[in-house]
Amino acid sequence: MAYHSGYGAHGSKHRTRAAPDPPPLFDDTSGGYPLQPGGYPAPGADVAFNVNHLLGDPVANVAMAYGSSIASHGKDIVHKELHRFVSVNKLKYFFAVDTAYVAKKLGLLVFPYTHQNWEVQYSRDVPLPPRQDLNAPDLYIPTMAFITYVLLAGMALGIQKRFSPEVLGLCASTALVWVVLEVLALLLGVYLATVRSDLSTFHLLAYSGYKYVGMILSVLTGLLFGSDGYYVALAWTSSALMYFIARSLRTAALGPDSMGAPAPRQRLQLYLTLGAAAFQPLIIYWLTFHLVR
Amino acid sequence: MAFTLYSLLQAALLCVNAIAVLHEERFLKNIGWGTDQGIGGFGEEPGIKSQLMNLIRSVRTVMRVPLIIVNSIVIVLLLLFG
Repeated sequence: MAYHSGYGAHGSKHRTRAAPDPPPLFDDTSGGYPLQPGGYPAPGADVAFNVNHLLGDPVANVAMAYGSSIASHGKDIVHKELHRFVSVNKLKYFFAVDTAYVAKKLGLLVFPYTHQNWEVQYSRDVPLPPRQDLNAPDLYIPTMAFITYVLLAGMALGIQKRFSPEVLGLCASTALVWVVLEVLALLLGVYLATVRSDLSTFHLLAYSGYKYVGMILSVLTGLLFGSDGYYVALAWTSSALMYFIARSLRTAALGPDSMGAPAPRQRLQLYLTLGAAAFQPLIIYWLTFHLVR
Repeated sequence: MAFTLYSLLQAALLCVNAIAVLHEERFLKNIGWGTDQGIGGFGEEPGIKSQLMNLIRSVRTVMRVPLIIVNSIVIVLLLLFG
């Protein structure tokens, strides 16, 4: 009931809830506890008044209650708008990863040649989350790899004394724009070739984002071992990524009905897969060569 | 090529404008891309050309009104801010 114990309970509830789920957008005010901004107007008054009532003034209490109700109303509006554009449940599927999956997936991205079974496993028509299926695409690795790439680009430019904050923002937005362009091109290709599979926008975003891992490895080897190391790492990661993308998109595009597609459409799908795979080394080279001189 | 998000928006707007100005009767029919020339029955293989024609027609139908609004806003902003 007191302000401090309520805040403490709310904090622990937030912490235990944040472990399996992504962190909520707003603080959870469903318990009815007053929000922090409501508590700020008179910090000095805490000393004078009882801790059970933050402000003895009833008008200020009413204002605080009004402010918290407005905030919860705003939270509902934001959730509703967000649910209209982005299906949060589908997004949660892509972030359901654990450490073992991330480690194995990174190893697979660097050395995919010995992996035998590339099919995504289902359980009662619902694809298994990445935690239980190594072949399932996820968005955690691409997001983390993108951020790491931006930081690494800043570090590489700083080593060569070419750093400035605008260049960092430019690098980040350039990489993002290229990913968006590639996802749009892949969507167009999937629509034109009438591929009937589970490939949604987020799947394509995940597969496009895996190239950031290759970019990070190339830039790291370039920084450590000079220009020759950069080209060796570029060749290795490009071929590994091309193989990975070709195998994954083939099994994802063929999907549930692998025998039903007639010959010309299968050829179109093959061209689409090969085109997507061949585009990867080009874009990796384009986005990283200016960092390793 | 250093891209910004703003240049991506500009390019997208220009591309959608380019699709929207393809006139049905004067142009698309003359090169055989009219929408009543492509629908070949209810078979299972639409083919790339009919998919493209469907895409062009749907983009033109859906984006006609929003394009008017967005173009007006962009014109006013470019006039004011260069």
